[in-house]
Amino acid sequence: MEIITAFILTTLLSILLVPFINVRWKGLVTVMTVVLLAILSSIIAIEAMHGKQIEYFFRGSSVTGKIPLRADALSGFFILIINFTFLTGALYGLQYMKVYRDQKANLSLHCISFILLQASLNSICSLQNTIVFLIAWEIMALSSFMLIIFEHNKRETLNAGINFLIQSHICIMFLMLGFIWVALKMDSFDFRAITVYSTNNPLLAGVVLFFCFFIGFAIKAGFVPFHTWLPYAHPAAPSHVSGVMSGVIIKIGIYGILRMLLQIKSDYLVIGYIILFISLLTGIYGVMLAIIQHNLKRLLAYSSIENIGIIGIGISLGCIGIGKGNNILSIVGFTGALLHTLNHSLFKSLLFYCAGNVYQAAHTMDIEKLGGMGKQMSHTTFLFLIASLAICGLPPFNGFVSEFLIYNGLFTGLRGSDKVLLSWIVCGLFGLALIGGLAMLCFTKAFGSVFLGTARHHFHQTPKEAVIGKLIPMYGIVLLIIAIGLFPKFIITAFSKPVSLFAVNHFPSSHLPAGDALSIIGLCSAAFILLAGLIYLIRKRMTANRSVEFNATWGCGYVGSTEKMQYTAGSFVRAYRKLAEPLFSIYKKKKEIEGVFPQNGQQETHPYDKAEEWLIDYPLRVLKGFFNKFIFLQNGNLQFYILYGVVFITLMLGIPFLVEYLKALFQFLNKL
Amino acid sequence: MISFILIIITSLFFGGIIIRTKSITSGRKGPGIFQPIKDIIRLLKKGSVYSKTTSFIFQIAPSIYITSVIMAIMIIPFGGYKGIISFKGDFVFFAYVLGVGKFFNIISALDTGSSFEGMGASREALFSMFAEPAFFILMGSLTLLTGHTSFQQIFASLHFGSYISYILGVLATFVLVMITMVENSRMPIDDPTTHLELTMIHEVMILDNSGFDLGMILYATNLKFAMYGALIANLFMGTFPLYLTIPIFFGMQMLFAIAIGLLESFTARFRMNHNAQYILALSSVSLLIFLGVLLILGQFS
Repeated sequence: MEIITAFILTTLLSILLVPFINVRWKGLVTVMTVVLLAILSSIIAIEAMHGKQIEYFFRGSSVTGKIPLRADALSGFFILIINFTFLTGALYGLQYMKVYRDQKANLSLHCISFILLQASLNSICSLQNTIVFLIAWEIMALSSFMLIIFEHNKRETLNAGINFLIQSHICIMFLMLGFIWVALKMDSFDFRAITVYSTNNPLLAGVVLFFCFFIGFAIKAGFVPFHTWLPYAHPAAPSHVSGVMSGVIIKIGIYGILRMLLQIKSDYLVIGYIILFISLLTGIYGVMLAIIQHNLKRLLAYSSIENIGIIGIGISLGCIGIGKGNNILSIVGFTGALLHTLNHSLFKSLLFYCAGNVYQAAHTMDIEKLGGMGKQMSHTTFLFLIASLAICGLPPFNGFVSEFLIYNGLFTGLRGSDKVLLSWIVCGLFGLALIGGLAMLCFTKAFGSVFLGTARHHFHQTPKEAVIGKLIPMYGIVLLIIAIGLFPKFIITAFSKPVSLFAVNHFPSSHLPAGDALSIIGLCSAAFILLAGLIYLIRKRMTANRSVEFNATWGCGYVGSTEKMQYTAGSFVRAYRKLAEPLFSIYKKKKEIEGVFPQNGQQETHPYDKAEEWLIDYPLRVLKGFFNKFIFLQNGNLQFYILYGVVFITLMLGIPFLVEYLKALFQFLNKL
Repeated sequence: MISFILIIITSLFFGGIIIRTKSITSGRKGPGIFQPIKDIIRLLKKGSVYSKTTSFIFQIAPSIYITSVIMAIMIIPFGGYKGIISFKGDFVFFAYVLGVGKFFNIISALDTGSSFEGMGASREALFSMFAEPAFFILMGSLTLLTGHTSFQQIFASLHFGSYISYILGVLATFVLVMITMVENSRMPIDDPTTHLELTMIHEVMILDNSGFDLGMILYATNLKFAMYGALIANLFMGTFPLYLTIPIFFGMQMLFAIAIGLLESFTARFRMNHNAQYILALSSVSLLIFLGVLLILGQFS
C-alpha cells in the first residue's frame, strides 16, 4: 500500500516540479523520477513474478465502484519490461535532448509526458476496473502523442501525431465497446465480470467479445491491417521515444491481448487459428515493406510490425495448445511469445537509439544518403550490428532463443494432430522461415548501406561518435541481449510463473519443455563465440608476418573515387522489389538518359503501403466525395448561416409537436 | 564425432571430384582430385591486399563464416550415431547458424563499397532467403513422418516401406540437392566459373578477399559441400553397422560430387531474374513431400 501511495505521490510531485526548475535540471529530475518509479513498481512486480497474487482495493467513487489493483505474474512481467526500457530510454534521452535546450517550455512538456507515460503504462498493467483502465489508457495515448510531436514545427511530425491520436481513439472506442457490453450485461466494472460473463454465455458471444478487444489492442500493437499509424509515428518522434514506443508501448497491446485471453473463457481453438492467420500476415507484410523503405526509422518501424507478427504466432500456438488440451504446445507457445516480447523490447530500442546516434551525427535518416558511418562511429556500428544479428534471430543472441521456442512450438504441433491444424502449422513454418530470410535481407541492407562502404552524400560536418552518456545505456542493453543468448534456460525458468497462468495443467518449473534443448543452445552459443574467437586468433597469428597491402576496391581496373559507383540500398533490394512489386504500391519517377547529348538521368521510388491505400485512404476519399456534395451549404453568407440556425431550432422544437399532433390524429382516425 | 571427421576428410577431395568430372566430360584430363585443397593451402600461406574502404567487418567476416560452417557440421549425425551437438530441434540451429555466416558474408561484401560486390550480396541474400522455407517444410514433413525433432532421431527412424516413401525419398533428395546448389552458389543457380562480375553470385562477393581470408572462404565452401552431401547420405544410411555405413557415406559423397560435375557440364545457368521464382518453387516440392507424408499417415482416408 505504502508503495502505491509513494508511486502516485512521486508522479504528481515531479510533474509539478519539472516546469519550475532550471532547464539543466529538468532532464536529471526526469531521470531520477523514472528511476524511482521503476524501483517502486518493480518491487511489486518482482513479488508478483514470484507467483504472489497482489490485490488491493481503492475506495473509488460512486461512478467507478471499487477499484481493484491486481498484479499477477503477467502484470509483473510487463511492468519489469516497461521499467527497463524506460530506464534506458530516459538515460539515452537525457543526452539526446541536450541539443534542444533552448526550447524550455517544450522540454518541460516532454519531461512531464515521459513521466506520465511510464506511470500510466505501469497502472495499465495492474488496474482491473474498466473505467479507470480506460482513463489510464487515455493518459497513455495523450502523453505518447505529446512525446511524438516534440518537433511540432515540422509539418510531417504534426501529421504523424494527429494520425496517431485518431487511431489511438479508434482503439479506445473498440475497448469501450467491449467494456460497455460487459458492464451492461453484468452491471460491474471489475475485470472479473468479463470472466463470469464469458463462462456463462455461449461460446460465440465470448469469441465476438474477444475480437472486439482484440481489434482495440491490435491497433496499439500494430497488427496488420491496423498498423498504419506506426510507420508515421516512429520516424517523427525523437529517437529515445521511438525506442520506448517500439519497445513497450506497442507491447501494451500484446499485454491487453494476453490479459483478455486470461479473462475470457471461450473457444480458444477458433481464436488461435484467427490470430495465427493475422500474425502470419502481419509478420510477412511487415518485413516485406520494411525492406523497401528509404528512411531508417521507418524501416525499423515496419520491422516492429514484423516482430509483433512473430509474437502473435507464439500467442496463437499457445491458444491452439489450450484449445487442443496440449499442455506442451501452450507452454512453448506462450513462453516463446513472452520471451520474444522481452527480446524485441531490447534489440528494437537499441536499434532506435543507434538510429538516433546516426541522426544526430548526420542529420538525415535517408539510407540512400548515408554510408561509411562505421569509420567515424565504431561503437554505434558495433551496437547496431549486434542488434541486427539479434533481430534476425541468429545465434548466439537472444532473438534466436525466442524464435527457436516458436519453431519448437510449431514442431510440437505437428505431433498427433488433425489435418486442419497440420495445414496451419505448415503455413506457419513457411511463414516463419520466410520472415527469417526476409529479415536478413532487410537488416543486411540497413546495416550495410548505413555503416559500411563510403558516404553517398557530402556531409557538412564529419559525423562524430555519440557521447559516452548515450553509449552506456546501449551497452547495458547489449549485455542483456548476450546474456539471454548464452543462458536461455535461466531466463526461461523465470518465465514459468506468467506462463503457468495460461497452462492447461500445472507444470513444475524445473521440467520445462524444450528446457534441455535450451541449455544445449546456450552452450552451443558460447562454443560458437569461442570458436570464432579462436579461429580469428589463429588467423591473426598466421598472418602476423605476412605482407599486408592496402589498395582501392576492385573495380575492373578503375581506381578513381568510387562512392558514386558503389551499390546503393535501393539497388541492393532491387531484385527483391521487382519480384514483390505486384504486392506493393511503389510510386516511381524516372528520367531516362537519352539522346546524343544526354542530360542527367534520375529515378525515384516512393514506397507506399497498400493496406493504408485501401483501408484508410480509399474510404476517406469516398467519405470526402460524399460530404463534398453538401458543400453548397457552406456558401460564406452570414444570412444563410443564421437561417440554418433558425431552421435547426425550429425543427428541434417543431418535431415533437408534430409527432404529438400526428399521434392525436391517428388516435382520432382509429376512433372513427 | 565420427561424422565430423568423415566430413572433414570428404571436404579434402569433394571439390576435386567435381572439377575432375567436369574436365573428363569436356574431354580433358584435368587436375588431380586434391588440387583444390592444394590451392587453398597455398592461399593460406600468402599475404593479403585489403581495400582501403573496408572496416573491421571485412577482417572478422571470413573467420565467422568458417566458424558457422564448422558449427553446422557438428550437428550432422552419422546414421545411428549422434553428431557432436544433438538436441530436439537441432536443425533449426543448423539453419540459423549457417545464417550467421551468410549475414557476415553479405555485409563484408557491402563493406568494400564496390559496384559489383553489392550485386552478389543482394542475390545471395535473396536466393538463400527463398531456399529457407523449403528446408523447414522438408524438415517439418520428416518430423511429422517420424515423430522426432532432431537430425539424428529423424534419420535413425526413417525407413522406407511403401512406394510413396520411396517417392518421398527421391523428392527429399532432390530438395536437398537443390538447396545445396543454392547455398553453395553452383549451377544451375550460379556459375562459379563465369568470368564476368555481372553474372556471378558468390564469386563476386569475395572479389576483394585475398590470401588467408580467401583460403578460409574457399575451404568453407568445400566443407559446406561435404556437409550437405553427408546430410543426403544420412537419408539412406539408416542404422546399419559402421562397416556398412562408412562405405555408403563415401559412395554417396562421390556420387553426389560426380552428379554435380555432370549437372554443371550439361546444364546452362538459369536466367538470373528467374532464379528467385525457381527457388521459391522448391517450397512447393517440399509441400509435395508434406502431402506425401499425410498420405502415408492416412490423413486422407
